[in-house]
Amino acid sequence: MPIRFRVNGRETTVDVQPNTPLLWVLRDVLDLKGTKFGCGIAQCGACTVHLNGSPARSCATPVASVEDGEVLTIEGLSPDGTHPLQEAWKELDVPQCGYCQAGQIMSAAALLQENPRPTDADIDAAMAGNLCRCGTYLRIRRAIHQASGTTAADVEDVEEAR
Amino acid sequence: MTPPTSGMTRRHFLRVSAITGGGLLIAAHLDTSGLVALSDPGPLGSTAELNVFIRIGPDGSVTIQAKNPEIGQGVKTMLPMLIAEELDVNWEQVTVEQASFDPAAFQGQFAGGSNATPQNWLPMRQVGAAGRAMLVAAAARSWGVSAETCRTEAGVVHHDPSDRALPYGDLAGQAASMPAPELDEVPLKDPADFRIIGTTVKGVDNHAIVTGLPQYGIDFTLPGMLYAHFQKCPVFGGRVVDANLDEIRAMPGVRYAFVVEGGEALNGLLDGVAIVAESWWQARTARNALQVTWDEGDTASQSSDGFREASRELFGQPAERELRGDGDVEGALASAAAVVEADYEYPFLAHAPLEPQNCTAHFRNGHLEIWAPTQTPQNGANLVASTLELDPDDITIHLFRVGGGFGRRLSNDYMVEAARIAVEIEEPVKLLWTREDDMRHDFYRPAGFHRMRGGVDSEGRLTSWHNHFVSFGSDGRFASSAGVSPNEFPAGFVPNFRLESSLIPFGIPTGALRAPGSNGLAFVYQCFVDELAETAGADPLQFRLDMLAHEGEDPGQDPVRARRVLERVAEVSGWHDQGLPAGTGKGVAFHFSHRGYFAEVVQVTVSRAGDLRIDRVWAVGDVGSQIINPGFAEHQSQGGVLEGLSQALAQEITIQEGRAVQGNFHNFPLLRIQEAPPVEVHFVTTDHPPTGLGEPPLPPAIPALCNAIHAATGHRIRSLPISKHDLSWG
Repeated sequence: MPIRFRVNGRETTVDVQPNTPLLWVLRDVLDLKGTKFGCGIAQCGACTVHLNGSPARSCATPVASVEDGEVLTIEGLSPDGTHPLQEAWKELDVPQCGYCQAGQIMSAAALLQENPRPTDADIDAAMAGNLCRCGTYLRIRRAIHQASGTTAADVEDVEEAR
Repeated sequence: MTPPTSGMTRRHFLRVSAITGGGLLIAAHLDTSGLVALSDPGPLGSTAELNVFIRIGPDGSVTIQAKNPEIGQGVKTMLPMLIAEELDVNWEQVTVEQASFDPAAFQGQFAGGSNATPQNWLPMRQVGAAGRAMLVAAAARSWGVSAETCRTEAGVVHHDPSDRALPYGDLAGQAASMPAPELDEVPLKDPADFRIIGTTVKGVDNHAIVTGLPQYGIDFTLPGMLYAHFQKCPVFGGRVVDANLDEIRAMPGVRYAFVVEGGEALNGLLDGVAIVAESWWQARTARNALQVTWDEGDTASQSSDGFREASRELFGQPAERELRGDGDVEGALASAAAVVEADYEYPFLAHAPLEPQNCTAHFRNGHLEIWAPTQTPQNGANLVASTLELDPDDITIHLFRVGGGFGRRLSNDYMVEAARIAVEIEEPVKLLWTREDDMRHDFYRPAGFHRMRGGVDSEGRLTSWHNHFVSFGSDGRFASSAGVSPNEFPAGFVPNFRLESSLIPFGIPTGALRAPGSNGLAFVYQCFVDELAETAGADPLQFRLDMLAHEGEDPGQDPVRARRVLERVAEVSGWHDQGLPAGTGKGVAFHFSHRGYFAEVVQVTVSRAGDLRIDRVWAVGDVGSQIINPGFAEHQSQGGVLEGLSQALAQEITIQEGRAVQGNFHNFPLLRIQEAPPVEVHFVTTDHPPTGLGEPPLPPAIPALCNAIHAATGHRIRSLPISKHDLSWG
């Protein structure tokens, strides 16, 4: 059964089993590999995309449920990889293995849309669903602050202590 | 063998050649790995046994092939930094390419054990310096001056007396005809002149990562590629008796369904059912309908509870083996002013790298091509060749950036499964495991049980130490990663010391997890040292310094370096500051592993109800004379610390009826961002060759956390994970 939706601004029609998770449609039908598979049960956030402007775990989102919807993936976040979060991620050298980072950035981008100047607590709440096995959380926090022009509490502490 | 004519010693040699359009290719064989004994470097006319490639284009661009798998440890950036420094180019001129696995061209293509830095620190710089020397020689010849009067800077050779300069790109073609210098004799920079080493260089793949470009094994596709699932027995090593293959074959998209007969070795190909479909989700859906009758075998009777009972029985008997005995432990305990006895244990752990195991393979015309995320491509090729009776020359392996290693991808079980399926169907196929496949078919960090006894004298000095370690294995041999070194601290620092072991036979696959051995032992030893310090009425940090002041015979570590990191962590953490509020406490621990010394202090706050918050961590490391990439070194150390905290807080793989209970992140929780405390990292530099940071920061985090909980609440944590303990107090 054909299912129509928009991905990164482009009209798309796919013909797959309706219960197929959006993740596998993005990766294996539309060849958008930036959205990652980590757990399959919405526990790790590696598959985070925006669905109609809100963060969604594509591994647990049946493609039928996005009919007529608007999906944004990491590939569509900016035309040339210069979204302020992408710039901050590169500048602060956030990735280690890098596998979770597209999902992290998509969650962070949704946060900044809602809340352009988040506190540490806001960041922790918005990013709690995104696991990083390498433990890059401290730089993720800093990068979100940098992209939003705010300062992390722990950076203030450390600078004060020094 | 024809002896090479230039630039060669028996262990190292260079080969230089011109490339079309006026560039220079430098290929070096370096016997750096220590993994493969090399008796003869072979003829220069072949590409055999070369393992560094540098290409300098006529435009001045420098391309360096990164030979080792990148698993998040930063090696793809770090090794080229070493070459670029001595070649004396700007980092902006450098492009880094991931090399494929090619045993004919590279040796030591391996990621693990924090080995890349110590193995490559000197030889990679020598290769860069040799390239620089040839470029200088080419410039000197063209100017008719002596090479000694030339200097280099940022990819340009200068002759200051005549005010002439030529960029490397213009010299690359001529340099190819210059004699290659002896690598062992080529002069290296004074570290004071380093312009790349010691500066923060950002990851070479960062842009690709943040824009979602495909670069992991899971992202790789081939035209017409099919997708496979492989269902193994939930009980390790169980056999397939029967499966409803006809029903599976009739399901949408399914192209093949067949039984694979495996062998006995748990780290090889095991029995299972392969389902190959046009899409991964179709194969997944078909798998839901799969019904297999298994012969579960003897392992089905094994459990974590059973292992614990077995450890209690073994504790009650004389140990099977003495691994080390110094002095008279029983005599010293009998005369001690105070004796502490405690049983410690830690559970099995999964690696759970975020990129699930996967491998793409295509078998055609007798040749098997493999695309795999692996830390050990050579082992993978050997396993595939021996299992499928293929000639190693008929196997090609392509490498990718790896979505987390942590030791899991030292094993290549998923590679041999994909290879077996590809040989059966002779179509391109990607095997991709589910998270549950990964968590339930891991090579687990083995659990361990320790019965500890220690005695202190009337002056509070540690005089005796006894550990009966109940681990896993059989016939007197420890299972993989389940052993202990007889030199492990405090061996050599306590006059009366005995380390003994007894083994529980089992059928659970085990293997190295980041900081193998140390990730369990540091917890036990550094927590028990804390108990002894308390009994001695001593400050826990001072007690450790005092232990390190009494070096005996054959110590496993350098007490000067260990003391230095402890003293420094006391300073940076404000260890001696008084006046922490009730429910807040600091704990300290140190550990030496993988050539690195780390001392760490953790501060926690525990509510009266027992809710734990980790406030802050201070980590001080000594990994030698030079921190190569300071920004990444801090980052890697923070990651190691957070992984230690993550393991300690709530991670456990429980074995029941021969199978792993936990299957996904809801019951095997990783640390989340709101739980991640600030981690301050400091380095002390010492006059020792630089060593790696993949492992050493991790082990002390676990006991430092547990000791902090004791300081805050009075509760001793003698078993992990911490989530199983009631921390309420007052």
